[in-house]
Amino acid sequence: MTTPESKPRTSPGTTREPVLEVKDLSVSFYVDGEWYAAASEVSYEVYPGEVLAIVGESGSGKTQSSMSLLGLLPSNGRATGSAKLRGKEILNLRGAAARRIRGQEISVIFQEPMTALNPVYTIGFQIVEMLRSHLPLSPSQARERALELLRLVEMPEPERRFDNFPHQLSGGQRQRAMIAQSLACDPTLLIADEPTTALDVTVQAEILKLIRDLKDRFDSGIVLITHDMGVVADMADRVLVMKDGRIVEQGPTRQIFNDPQHPYTQQLLAAVPHFGTHSPETAASGTPAPAATPQEAAAPGAAVESVLELTNLVLEYPKRGSQPVFRAIDDVSFSVGKGEIVGLVGESGSGKTTIGRAAVGLLPIHSGSLKVAGVEMAGVKPKDLKPLRRKVGIVFQDPGSSLNPRFPIGESIGEPLQLHANLKGAELSRRVEELLDQVHLSRAMRNRYPHELSGGQRQRVGIARALALEPELLVADEPTSALDVSVQARVLDLFQELQREHGFGCLFISHDLAVVEMLAARIAVLHHGKLVEIGPAAQVAHHPREAYTQRLVAAVPVPDPDEQQARRAERDALLAAGGPS
Amino acid sequence: MTTPTPPSSVPPEESIENAIELKDVEGLSQGRIVLRKFVRHRGAIVGTTALLLILLLSVTSIGYGPIPGWWKWDPNATNAVINPGGRPTLSLPSWLGGDGLAWGDAPFGQDEIGRDIFARTMLGVQTSLQVMIIIGFVAGIIGVAVGAAAGFFRGWIDQALMRFTDLVITFPVLVIGAVLGKMAGAGGVFVLALVLGLITWTGLARLVRGDFLSLREREFVDAARVAGASNFRIIRKHMIPNAMGVIIVNITLLMAAAVLLEAALSFLGFGVRAPDVSLGRMISEYQSAFSTRPWLFWWPGIFIIAIALSINFIGDGIRDAFDPRQKKVPSQREMERSLRAEKKDA
Repeated sequence: MTTPESKPRTSPGTTREPVLEVKDLSVSFYVDGEWYAAASEVSYEVYPGEVLAIVGESGSGKTQSSMSLLGLLPSNGRATGSAKLRGKEILNLRGAAARRIRGQEISVIFQEPMTALNPVYTIGFQIVEMLRSHLPLSPSQARERALELLRLVEMPEPERRFDNFPHQLSGGQRQRAMIAQSLACDPTLLIADEPTTALDVTVQAEILKLIRDLKDRFDSGIVLITHDMGVVADMADRVLVMKDGRIVEQGPTRQIFNDPQHPYTQQLLAAVPHFGTHSPETAASGTPAPAATPQEAAAPGAAVESVLELTNLVLEYPKRGSQPVFRAIDDVSFSVGKGEIVGLVGESGSGKTTIGRAAVGLLPIHSGSLKVAGVEMAGVKPKDLKPLRRKVGIVFQDPGSSLNPRFPIGESIGEPLQLHANLKGAELSRRVEELLDQVHLSRAMRNRYPHELSGGQRQRVGIARALALEPELLVADEPTSALDVSVQARVLDLFQELQREHGFGCLFISHDLAVVEMLAARIAVLHHGKLVEIGPAAQVAHHPREAYTQRLVAAVPVPDPDEQQARRAERDALLAAGGPS
Repeated sequence: MTTPTPPSSVPPEESIENAIELKDVEGLSQGRIVLRKFVRHRGAIVGTTALLLILLLSVTSIGYGPIPGWWKWDPNATNAVINPGGRPTLSLPSWLGGDGLAWGDAPFGQDEIGRDIFARTMLGVQTSLQVMIIIGFVAGIIGVAVGAAAGFFRGWIDQALMRFTDLVITFPVLVIGAVLGKMAGAGGVFVLALVLGLITWTGLARLVRGDFLSLREREFVDAARVAGASNFRIIRKHMIPNAMGVIIVNITLLMAAAVLLEAALSFLGFGVRAPDVSLGRMISEYQSAFSTRPWLFWWPGIFIIAIALSINFIGDGIRDAFDPRQKKVPSQREMERSLRAEKKDA
């Protein structure tokens, strides 16, 4: 694929027949005696060889409207309207007719390959099963074809991987196996439901490249459901924006990104953190600043007191059964100054969360030193931790899991106050209300339970709880990765506001470089438990010194189709120069 | 800006992602949701009603302890035999092939020495319910304590407690119950139930341990730890309330099994002794008269089944109510009806 312009444009004027024609599709659910619409009057077309991206926040009906095409709605769901696949009506098919469509005509790439693949069968078996249930193939022919598919999705060592179980593969390999399975019967339409959300950026870039290559080889239409505008900019030919079950805008990708008409689309695009624009590129341009050797960058000048200081820190997970000792963090040193935000980025398994947990005393320290607000954490007894708890707070990744479902949120926020400040009764409730005000939640919410709140509201509660004791250090462990972009933008705004007000130092852990670049003064990059690079945000974002950081930075998709195209070319050049990673 | 932001600047509420699924539970606490689901469970409501009726009948008819009831016969008093052989005076209504509905003086019949079976059955029901509640209580406390400690602390505490549990599991309950029951039986119903409680907590302990092992990985437990909560507080305030579903469900099932266990032991002669009456002991006492006076078995048997069945139904209902994934799937007819109504409106 060279440029999108060279592709057959799919305007209504062309003679090409659409693969999928959806007209006035409505999906509703019967809950408690009433029908609630999840999607209403959705109409769109998908042409062969085209990627249509459906974007919208969770709950906007983007997944449900697509699943209704396959007849995969829950039993209390109902779909009306029409959906024609190559001219044939497919909506509300049942039994054998529906099974013929599934897998063969329409196939799905699911978000989480670990749960979408059956853990008790080898991936080879699962691809063969798909082939043989639709096509008249002998077992050996099916095996041949499956191997061919695995080669097609660039699975390393396909013969060996054929007999592997899903848990023996890496996340990217699992997603490749999923893609091979979904392509098995040359589907006319491929629905990719957040295909890369569960993957790291570098793996995501590879998978997206693969899907792009395959799209040109097969002439099928692709419906890409995602909330990541960077992925949309990278992949889509046309974009369809959904809100509250309705299409608010649709058009070619460029038009949507450069000239959004609907206020919601504008708001959505404005909420996406755009990597590379938050720090001035000139700040660290040209030759690296002379003083920026890693050791010096690690210590932010003697004038600033540090609230978190790591020196040659080593963290290990002890031996468990037959699993040997795992060294999660190996010889890492850096520090966080008072009132400074340091971003900690890395792929999954790089040990970034481990550092965060050790900083709040949830993990023992193997060797080296970790000082929080001047107190040494290595070898400390649980009893001595109590005064320290006042100085450090943590915001967890998943707001759904970090609040006790049996506590009203007021009680969750008040717990640290109760335990440390010994606040009771009216004083406690006054302080809880103050905290709720600070995170912009209404005071009436204090008696609600977590399950009644949206993800963004829950995360605000998490922040309020972490700030209850006015800590000097806040560890934020991927606080926005479970949230929608527009909600993320609001939570991040709030976070910055609170940081200015309270002046706490913060270790901001994230896999999203764009978010980190927006917030952090300095960025530390972690890879396989080792610190690769640390430096001012602008320098790491624009002029990364280490090869690994360069690859990481190049893989971040940006929400701008033209810029993303240029970045993609850059990345390919970088990979070609550096050889396979 | 250090002044707290006034509440007027609270932004409009964010739309909730899973708004549709939440329609069902709007504005309810976790406990209320469970209660509502329980009330909507037909089997559970039938079970609860039946159990309450049985309890009410047994307590009011012969009274409890020194308090007299409205029934005229005493369970252990020997009276004149009314019908030949003590045949029940209850006659079925004519549409069931009887002589018209009549209760008579001894509707459930009498045994060969003229004791009233209705009174004895009611006393047996009381005994069975008492045994059941004591076993549930004792086994519940031990099971939760052992399971919680093992699951929370892990390591050697877990090893020690679980190996001990394994040891207790290997005891054949009937044999141990028989031996201990024989020794404890003299102490009355209360001691027997206590002893049975001491050997039936194992299943609960294992399940609570399993639940705790997964709960302790949840982030809210870490959050509580970072907040500085003590281990005991974490277990009591954060983990046990979240394991309540598992605990309640298994205690109810344990209680249903306890009714049967007591009946079995008493039938074998190792459980409740005279002058106490239990449903199992009645069956055992009258086993030689099976062919001549079958009514001596029917009534205690029917009540054993009724009690065990209603508790199982209740346990079933509670389990469904606590399961967050279990949603009431509306019937096709219900959905179609509401669709038609909607069309009519339009």
